[in-house]
Amino acid sequence: MMRARPYQMLDPTAELSSERRVRRAPPAKLDGATVGLMSISKERSREFLDTMERLLSGRGLTVARFEKPTHTKPAPEAVVQAIVERCAVVVVGLAD
Amino acid sequence: MEFVAIVKRECETCKLVEPVLAQIRSRAPLALYSQDDPSFPESLGGAQDDTALECSWRLRIETVPTLIRFEGEKEVARIAGWDRAGWERVAQQAKLGPGLPAFQPGCGSKTQDPGMPERLALEHGELKLRSRRIEVADPEDAIEAAYDRGWSDGLPVVPPTPLRVALMLSGTTRRPDEVIGLIPPNLSECTVEKAAANAVMAGCRPEYFPVVLAVIETALDPKFSMHGLLATLWFAGPVIIINGPIAKRIGMNSQGNALGQGNRANATIGRALQLVIRNVGGGVPGGVDRAVFGNPGKYTFCFAEDESDPDWTPLNVARGFKPGTSTVTLFHGDGVQGIAAGRSRTPEGLARSLAMGLAAVCHPKLVEWSGAILAVSPDHYAIFNQGGWQRSEIEAGLREALRRPGRDLVYGAHGVEEGIDPARAEEMVDKFNEGTLLVVRAGGRGGLMSAVIGGWPAQRKKLEVQPVTREIA
Repeated sequence: MMRARPYQMLDPTAELSSERRVRRAPPAKLDGATVGLMSISKERSREFLDTMERLLSGRGLTVARFEKPTHTKPAPEAVVQAIVERCAVVVVGLAD
Repeated sequence: MEFVAIVKRECETCKLVEPVLAQIRSRAPLALYSQDDPSFPESLGGAQDDTALECSWRLRIETVPTLIRFEGEKEVARIAGWDRAGWERVAQQAKLGPGLPAFQPGCGSKTQDPGMPERLALEHGELKLRSRRIEVADPEDAIEAAYDRGWSDGLPVVPPTPLRVALMLSGTTRRPDEVIGLIPPNLSECTVEKAAANAVMAGCRPEYFPVVLAVIETALDPKFSMHGLLATLWFAGPVIIINGPIAKRIGMNSQGNALGQGNRANATIGRALQLVIRNVGGGVPGGVDRAVFGNPGKYTFCFAEDESDPDWTPLNVARGFKPGTSTVTLFHGDGVQGIAAGRSRTPEGLARSLAMGLAAVCHPKLVEWSGAILAVSPDHYAIFNQGGWQRSEIEAGLREALRRPGRDLVYGAHGVEEGIDPARAEEMVDKFNEGTLLVVRAGGRGGLMSAVIGGWPAQRKKLEVQPVTREIA
């Protein structure tokens, strides 16, 4: 019987592995927290986020608004850093 | 003074010079190496075994026989093939090979056999590949191992062995460690070597590799917005159009079934880009790829424009490149929608007919959103051509036929909620933003039909998302 020879392949990936971090538990209460809402600059996202802001403010929360310049590209680092600096909670959603 | 000669049995010229080698050895030390059979040449008691080609590689032999003179460790002269005057000069010996013809060309060195330069460069460490090596127990397992590691788009991949990657790299003069750019979504560095490994997996031949590199670089142009195209909910993926002489050189299909299966270059170049995004960039469905449906073109979508008619201005020339330039154009496109238009016999009527198909792109009541590619078949083109219409007339005719009263398109018009802002009710509105309808010639004869490839709604952001054309270096 023919013996199988070892066979090598080159790794076609970037050979990076993401650091897996445990997700921080959501705060038990939102008292005093700032909630971030970021518009991705799609049509009518302002109306949707205005409604969200009104509902959250009505519950006594502080809302901070952010916007990335275009939905076609990732948020600039400065926007992400501003959110991290100011917010305890960010509401993320994806839909048209 | 000493000599080295490299020969092989299967070379007639090597057999011819056997007596010459004996003459040289009678006067000076001569080390003989045989590339294929160490018992050759028998009359000299055989040769040293160079079937592994180590000595031939080290001495950069391109032709056999080759005779080299050394002074100490230093090579001072060499001659390849049989040329009496040349051999006498190198051997510093007169009257070599009496009775032999004055000249007979040699044969190719085995170091030059197809694939051999790359194999030897790898074995002798001259080609350094930096990717991690992954060992599988059995070649039969390699395809499954690639699946297990998540490298595949769903179809089997060609295992990226070091030799296959080295052969792919022979298709370019660029260094394997050169960074092409940062691949979204992870913005990971893509080296020429990583591109080669993915091109191997896609099934590319080395001669396609310059096209693959140009395709990747085009996708990374910020104006193309590859990250957004990957992340979109929409159907679209990168659609690749190749123009210029390279399309013929690598055997691409621009004619019958150009948008379909069956041509290796068309199939694998588009796939290579998607595999780079998957494997280097980390872009996978369900991850950053949020497509609601996707489309089969996200496996691969690449074709060449038919440039066979001298009257036609090819897409790349229309986009500002000199005629005869090989280019890649990337567009954000969906699947193919056919338009049957068999009754038109005039350019005006045909333009109106095709416009009705184009009007449906994205939504019949949305304008200045998605662009489109219109691939005009040869039979439709013949109608335009006979009527004296070329690219500029066709584009103008389509634009005119696609212009519609805003009141037909506003929210609620014709009982359909979708549409445009009522403030535009009194305007005449264009379907496409400037520069987002790409007209190309493609397809086979025999059908009065053309093809629409709808675009990506983000093309409405015309400063941020554009089709991009780039020269293939």
